[in-house]
Amino acid sequence: MKELTGTGRLFRLALRRDRIVATAWILGLWLFAYSQAAAIIALYPTQADLDQLARTAQGVGANPAVVAIQGPAYDASTYGGATAWQLVTPWVFLIGLMSLFLVTRHTRQEEESGRAELVSAGAVGRYAWLAGGLLFVVAVNAALAAITALTFIAVGLPATGSVALVLACVLNGLVFAGVAAITVQVTQYARPANGMAFAVLGVAFLLRAIGDSAAELSWLSWLSPIGWAERFRPFAGEQWWVLLLPLALLLVLLVAVAALLVRRDQGAGVLPVRPGPATAAPGLRSPLALAWRLQRGTLLGWTIGVAIAGLSFGAIAQDMVQAASEDPETAEMFSRLGGSGSIADIFLAAILSWIGMLAAAYAVQAVLRLRSEESEHRAEPVLSTSVPRIGWAGSHLLIAAAGSASLLVTGGLVAGVAHGLRAGDLGGELPRVLGGALVQLPAVWVVAGIAAALFGLLPRLVVGGAWAALGVVLSISIIGELLRLDQWVLDLSPFTHLPRVPAAEVTATPLAWLVVLAVVLAAAGLAGFRRRDLSSA
Amino acid sequence: MTATAIAVSGLVKTFGPTRALDGLDLTVNTGEVHGFLGPNGAGKTTTLRILLGLLRADAGSVRLLDGDPWRDAVALHRRLAYVPGEVNLWPNLSGGEVIDLLGRLRGGLDPHRRADLLERFQLDPRKKGRTYSKGNRQKVALVAALASDVELLVLDEPTSGLDPLMETVFQECMEEERKAGRTVLLSSHILAEAEKLCDRLTIIREGRAVETGTLADMRHLTRTLVHADLERPAAGLDKLPGVHDLEVNGADGTRVSAQVDTAELGGFLRRLTDFGVRDLVSQPPTLEELFLRHYEAAPEGDGQAAREEARR
Repeated sequence: MKELTGTGRLFRLALRRDRIVATAWILGLWLFAYSQAAAIIALYPTQADLDQLARTAQGVGANPAVVAIQGPAYDASTYGGATAWQLVTPWVFLIGLMSLFLVTRHTRQEEESGRAELVSAGAVGRYAWLAGGLLFVVAVNAALAAITALTFIAVGLPATGSVALVLACVLNGLVFAGVAAITVQVTQYARPANGMAFAVLGVAFLLRAIGDSAAELSWLSWLSPIGWAERFRPFAGEQWWVLLLPLALLLVLLVAVAALLVRRDQGAGVLPVRPGPATAAPGLRSPLALAWRLQRGTLLGWTIGVAIAGLSFGAIAQDMVQAASEDPETAEMFSRLGGSGSIADIFLAAILSWIGMLAAAYAVQAVLRLRSEESEHRAEPVLSTSVPRIGWAGSHLLIAAAGSASLLVTGGLVAGVAHGLRAGDLGGELPRVLGGALVQLPAVWVVAGIAAALFGLLPRLVVGGAWAALGVVLSISIIGELLRLDQWVLDLSPFTHLPRVPAAEVTATPLAWLVVLAVVLAAAGLAGFRRRDLSSA
Repeated sequence: MTATAIAVSGLVKTFGPTRALDGLDLTVNTGEVHGFLGPNGAGKTTTLRILLGLLRADAGSVRLLDGDPWRDAVALHRRLAYVPGEVNLWPNLSGGEVIDLLGRLRGGLDPHRRADLLERFQLDPRKKGRTYSKGNRQKVALVAALASDVELLVLDEPTSGLDPLMETVFQECMEEERKAGRTVLLSSHILAEAEKLCDRLTIIREGRAVETGTLADMRHLTRTLVHADLERPAAGLDKLPGVHDLEVNGADGTRVSAQVDTAELGGFLRRLTDFGVRDLVSQPPTLEELFLRHYEAAPEGDGQAAREEARR
């Protein structure tokens, strides 16, 4: 087929271009999978330990906050089943992330940069870029699947289950390569193409997060490729027919792509580019107005995500009371989460702390905007006008601080209304839930403060350092108590110091200290930025 | 307002082990268009960033519009406009929005001049930042700077992305700026541009100013290329002072070309007339030749690279 002429060469070009990027992705995802299996085997040496784990899994399985992130446990009484419980959901998400980024990188980004034009002028078919890019992503996934399956077999997991697990994860992850193949046709630029594909991935994750954690909504998980990988039940009685779902969806996506591709010009998207205004709105005249303009889209996206999370978890809080009254294991698990209120309150406190962590992730992203503005030479023209450095950096910090507060208000309001309506006491429940959300704010600000301090003092390390700090804080908060870490480790996370409202009373002292700490960190960052050179490297 | 807009002396800036500026001196008089010339990596952009208070000087003194560019950055920035060498726009803001924003952040811009410049540079202000080519991004920054009511323009290689037509428009704009009495500091490695635009020049190499003055001052230091067609074969020209690269061509040795030190030109021409001059062409030195002279003297064998740079 002459429209595919050159696919092989472009595939090899992609291999050559990305030999480091692809290797890093494969090694990272392989390490993630291997460490889950290795940790299970090391932590639970005997069958008795595994049986204990399986009971915990059933108990923890009732905690939607954990299930939402980790997925359901089908059979944690074998090494394979326990590994699948730990691995499948986040791994498919990450494989999907890798696949969509790589597809965009080798298709739309090549067109956007103009490199594709140089190549397409040669004997290269219309579908060759896309086919070469997809082939490359399939090859990367195949390599990941192969080494991961071999590793699982080498550490002693059953061969059939190992192959089945990686196959299910990789096939469902590849669906998002298909999604990205669509989005790169739709828009003219790589960033929005990535954004749209990532939004689909996020929706897929969220659909199954709700479906997995609320029994009456479990059908939602069947709408998500990540849910399909879970329901394939690797190591727990594989449902082979489920693999037909990602294959069929991929086929549909590819047919759609082929139809879209011939309807557009090289370098253009299916959607036309809309022109912007010829003059700036009267309000766009301060660094704060600019920061708001640059950050409002991101904040809107996070607000929608937080509202959906608040709605879905607020709506099921009342069901937890029912679940706990029927199952002593669940009740036991809730009591270990801490706090002294009702089951619904303990559940709500856990959910609100999860929303607090979302707000912290947003705040880190918002603060890091400072660094990308600086390193991509967009700070320079602004700072060579009469805008003081503190004014410029402070604007973005203000957006991060106020934006994270507004996320907490949104999450608290939506969860409070949903829970209040179901509990039949809107006036009583709403303020308590909203309070529980707002109590997260000092901890969120501390995380943002760490990012701000790094930006001012160690700008070259700020991106990696800020995300790493967030990762440590989240890991401690999510799994710290389950792993029974020492108290001093738990204390490293600002979230540990928050009162578990509404399951506990508000205590002002730790909140005040956290606010002071956040202010000191931000001030250190601003002072450092005022003294240092602007740097792009 | 004093007579000196920019006074830099002994300026040093290091980045780790690299000494980007190594005792740079630069003086820009108020109201002049000053060319700041040097190859890539000579330290031009670093100097401009220090003048804008974006980088901090390690040693030396820097005065800009009678202020300290680091301490008084905000006050000084109201009185100047800057066009960076690498203009990067916000992907989702239109060019018109960026022009207005930068103008307002500087303290206002003239709407008539803005409209006039958009027209002359043929710039569509409705396009989004990510859809502009390099040249158009540069035009956005240029329009924002030129439409601002400021005393000093700092331009870092402003024409590097412009096509020849737009370069002409830019040259007209510079002429207007000169007439309006604005001070311009213009960095460039395009020598013909500086020759056309600038009242005075500073040439910088490896972080140090190697030459400064008007083009006429520099010609004094340089050689004029002379081609002559003579009636009789010339003799003894090579014994004259200040004559270099003498070539005698033609079947009978009547076609002569040589590089002559400008100070010795009179003696050389008097001698030529002894042999009967049929035709004479003399070319003033170009800045390319100024560059060549400076880089030929480069000690660390980087002369070749610098020469190639100068020819571009």
